[in-house]
Amino acid sequence: MRSRLNTLFDALLPVFATLAALGVGMIMLLILRVSPLEAYGALWEGAFGSTNAVAETLVKATPLLLVGLGICIAFRANVINIGGEGQMIVGGILATQIGLTFTEAPGWLIIILAMIAGFIGGAIWGGIPGILKAYFRVNEILSTVMMNAIAVQLMNYLLRGPMIDPTQLEKASKIPQTARLVESFRLLRWAPTRLHIGFVIALVLAILVYILLWRTTLGYRIRAVGQNPHASRYGGIRVRRRMVTALLLSGAFAGLAGAIQVYGVNYRMITDGSASGFTGAAGFNGIVAALFGQLHPIGTIPASIFFGALLVGANKMQRVVQIPSALITALNGLVVVFVVSSEIWRRRRQRQRLAFARAAEKDDAPPPSEINPSAEEASTS
Amino acid sequence: MSEIFSATVIIGILTSGIRLATPYLYAAIGETFSQRSGVLNLGVEGQMLLGAFVSFYVAFTTGNLWLGLLGAMIAGALMGLAMAYVTVNLQAVQGISGIGFYLFGLGMSDLLFKMLLGTVETVKGFSVAPIPVLSKIPVIGEIFFQQNIMVYIAFLLVPTAWFILNKTTLGLKIRSVGENPDAADSLGVSVAKIRYFTIILGGTLSGVAGASMSIALLNVFQQNMTSGLGFIAVALVYFGAWRAWGVLAGALLFSMVQAIQLRMQIIESISLSPDLAVMMPYILTIIVLVASVSRVRAPAALTKPFDRGD
Repeated sequence: MRSRLNTLFDALLPVFATLAALGVGMIMLLILRVSPLEAYGALWEGAFGSTNAVAETLVKATPLLLVGLGICIAFRANVINIGGEGQMIVGGILATQIGLTFTEAPGWLIIILAMIAGFIGGAIWGGIPGILKAYFRVNEILSTVMMNAIAVQLMNYLLRGPMIDPTQLEKASKIPQTARLVESFRLLRWAPTRLHIGFVIALVLAILVYILLWRTTLGYRIRAVGQNPHASRYGGIRVRRRMVTALLLSGAFAGLAGAIQVYGVNYRMITDGSASGFTGAAGFNGIVAALFGQLHPIGTIPASIFFGALLVGANKMQRVVQIPSALITALNGLVVVFVVSSEIWRRRRQRQRLAFARAAEKDDAPPPSEINPSAEEASTS
Repeated sequence: MSEIFSATVIIGILTSGIRLATPYLYAAIGETFSQRSGVLNLGVEGQMLLGAFVSFYVAFTTGNLWLGLLGAMIAGALMGLAMAYVTVNLQAVQGISGIGFYLFGLGMSDLLFKMLLGTVETVKGFSVAPIPVLSKIPVIGEIFFQQNIMVYIAFLLVPTAWFILNKTTLGLKIRSVGENPDAADSLGVSVAKIRYFTIILGGTLSGVAGASMSIALLNVFQQNMTSGLGFIAVALVYFGAWRAWGVLAGALLFSMVQAIQLRMQIIESISLSPDLAVMMPYILTIIVLVASVSRVRAPAALTKPFDRGD
């Protein structure tokens, strides 16, 4: 009973953290002389107020979930992937190119090929920092951030040059975008909403990632590397390779998110010069969602829906009470800070429980095999 | 090709290269202090953005640039204070909480910009203040001594940081906290106090870095105007091997490449896509990270929270 309460408390920590962030948001709204009730009301209305609103929320949640799944894998291996934005972009570019090259092919084939292309594109963009970290000891946080910037410029270059829509070339405006995908290449969607099958794909993948991480040897190794690289090395796990695998897979999921964004929502690639113009900052917000979901693939599902709702609701809030949606970006940042800060309570309780267990064991026989304290320590650092 | 090698062009590139190094210097020197004490502050970009907005807004409304600079320092220091509480007291994972602070600064600066200004405005920033006598030296005077005050302060910061870190008791404490907090603690150095100091100092300097862009270098504020510069500043600390002079070398390398790239955009005879040219500094950072990593060891306690166990 006690342990179940403990687990419940741990699972609810991110919820408390989010409530705290929303509380800060409330104070900010009051300072801006906007009724928080009205603002959050509009937010809720925009996110869940109608069938269409719910559909939009799920559309927004899809890339968050996919990126978040990759983040679960990477963070479990204790590699921090900040490169979701760039990985999405590169995945999107490769997938788009498939659709633009083979316009005559059957739709199902192109969609499958495009998804694979997106997966590979993201894997490459995540794999490079992985190799740099494992074999050249380059801090992956920094290299992934640089890879983001490189991907943005690559996208801008391609969409203004080699990949630009031929009809745009004739116009004076020269909007940096590709041609539209053929209609048969578009992902199945529930008309009249924009909800597409990509969301279902993401749900299925969440289960697969859960199986990967907790039911396969590879997943075990990835988690072992994250928990204690030294012990893993003595246990015969090739730590460097697993680091690369983790970043590669992490990037691959983000790349897939990019491909699905093109085939399910925009039907083309278009740039406003920044990364978020294409990704909607899902590369960053996916991290927020994964952290909120306790780095658990299944937990990331409700987490991404929640943040998808925040993002969709923010637009409504902007219209109704004239609060720029940037407020939500700021609040997302606070959620991250609060979630990682609240970890201290979980660690403290873990330590207490450990001490409690040891004391209990002392009363009985000498401990047969003491719960490995170093592993516990490593997981908290 | 002859255009690019003429004396005036080269002097022009060097002059703007020195000027462009300013934000890197402020941010990276600040980051050097916090990393030397064992704290990775990844929120630099967010602190810069907030500093950039606050300084711009204060300068725009009051017309006083120094007041604007002060505003940026306060904004950066407050974010540093929050960061210090989260990393020192709550022992949060530094890499991730830093991203949180980045998102906060990104959103907050944009929010305030849209609420308070709404449109892109310009301000008359710090103007060129030639240093008497020195600015009259041919070539060198033009490159180094005909800049604005923010540039001079940035370059003076380098020897100052070197002196503090290596020649003062405070510097010794900072370094010992970053290398071996347990030992420092047992000798009576307060790890918490030192880290609070360095993180807040880092935040303040990041705020100034933002101000150096919005009221000295570009004289505008735009959403996400730093566009990754803060992250590059963090990378420069690694490149500079946690030493002030190394950071200076990195900042100059970077800003010179940027200056060359900007110049190339103007010269018609070189047909390199501007998008690809902008990519150069980032590719350079990665190469530089690869090259610099094996050379020197990072502070031993970097990113490790300190727990006194009480």
